[in-house]
Amino acid sequence: MGGGRRFFARAGSGFLFGMAILFTLPEKAIAADWFAAERTPELVAVVVCAIAILVSVYAARRRRFYVRPLAGLTAIDDALGRATELGSPVVYITGWGGDLARPTTMASLAILSHIAERVAAYGTRILFPSHDPMVASAAQDTIRQGYMKAGRPELFRAEDVAFVTQSQLGYAAAVDGIMSREKPGAVFLLGTFEGEALILAETAHNVGAVQISGTDSTIQLSFFLVACDYTLIGEELFAASGYISGDPLILGAVRGQDILKIIIVALLLLGVLLGGFGVDVIADWLS
Amino acid sequence: MLKKSPILVCAVCGVFMITQYFITAEPVTDLYRSVLDWMQIIFVCALLVGIINVILRQVRMASRPGRERIYPFITLFGIALMVILGFGWGIARGSPFLWVFDNLQAPMQSTVFSLLAFYVASAAYRGFRARRAESIILVLAALIILLGRVPIGEIVSPHVPSVVGWVLAVPAVAAKRAILIGIGLGMTATAIKVIAGMERAYLGGR
Repeated sequence: MGGGRRFFARAGSGFLFGMAILFTLPEKAIAADWFAAERTPELVAVVVCAIAILVSVYAARRRRFYVRPLAGLTAIDDALGRATELGSPVVYITGWGGDLARPTTMASLAILSHIAERVAAYGTRILFPSHDPMVASAAQDTIRQGYMKAGRPELFRAEDVAFVTQSQLGYAAAVDGIMSREKPGAVFLLGTFEGEALILAETAHNVGAVQISGTDSTIQLSFFLVACDYTLIGEELFAASGYISGDPLILGAVRGQDILKIIIVALLLLGVLLGGFGVDVIADWLS
Repeated sequence: MLKKSPILVCAVCGVFMITQYFITAEPVTDLYRSVLDWMQIIFVCALLVGIINVILRQVRMASRPGRERIYPFITLFGIALMVILGFGWGIARGSPFLWVFDNLQAPMQSTVFSLLAFYVASAAYRGFRARRAESIILVLAALIILLGRVPIGEIVSPHVPSVVGWVLAVPAVAAKRAILIGIGLGMTATAIKVIAGMERAYLGGR
């Protein structure tokens, strides 16, 4: 069975299993108004998104797509090389704002898995202070796996990946302390950040580290843009994993995002055009 | 099997969480509430593991000789103190636990937060150095906004506040929404990849 078929079989079986649970629920309990009709536009959007991404992923197995180079990602190797030359560690931060259920944290962990493999190959330490014990646990597995893939499991230090505190400013102070003491050569700020973003970015600058950042918070993004050496803007953070790994499946998902963007722009233009003629059907449907 | 089980659990839970949003039937909402309760239980267990992890790490750090040995001792003392105060006298209003929180932790947090004022200034200094075309646009936009936000702006020209209003309401919002659309699509794509088992970084692998 090919990879694409296997993938669709997996996705399909998961979907069918979920549906089976729903349809085996007690019949009398399911009233006639079981469907939230006011959420139909969201349902259509979810279905369209899923189709666009899955079709793009399938197409990517046959044809390789071009992804434009992102400065922040091409700088990762330079940053890791610099930290290695300086003999200093790398600090990876997923921010205080995201838990493991957040896709941004998932995307960040995917980038972490590649970075962990590279630092392991270079023999460099990676420090991962976390505000969330579940994120810390997932990161520990991710980094350990990276060291194993690089063939250097003996270099992995479990105490370097740790839960620090849940307090936002306590976390900022703790990470500041780690950076001030350890003087990292590179600091990655990739995830969901809130008020602590600028404190961490500026401390990283003060200790002379290369900062590579990316967040889903538009407010903190502006701080990162002025404070960091490289910043991944918006969806670049989510495309990063595919770009670094070159995995056709992940790159296919990136293309799916582009297709969805075209659909959204077309809808916006159509809405504006129809709105000009006094027809608000698209605006009404989307609002 | 060990590797496939978490992917299957993730796929089923992911599909359920999407589906329940569109279904109002009572059994589904009950199941959803149970899932949320289970998430809380799992989180508390993980927090316990995290606290044990913090204590073990601090003990290890305290056992190493060096100038920074004092910090883990302070941390361990803080943890022990709060546990003793919390279990001994409770956490109600007027309790020693709350007194320590209000008079030690809150001021320390305010101190760290106040650092932002200095960091904003230093980051702005670096960001506003007009070295490239993008930096020049940033500086110009910042100058216009600053001018429009102070009384002197209106003295310079009565049009300045309206220009600032336009910059904030049109180009800034347009850029922000474009970024938000990208982020939303990125999140959706990541969620679909996780549900479909393509993204496995959270399991410690690709």
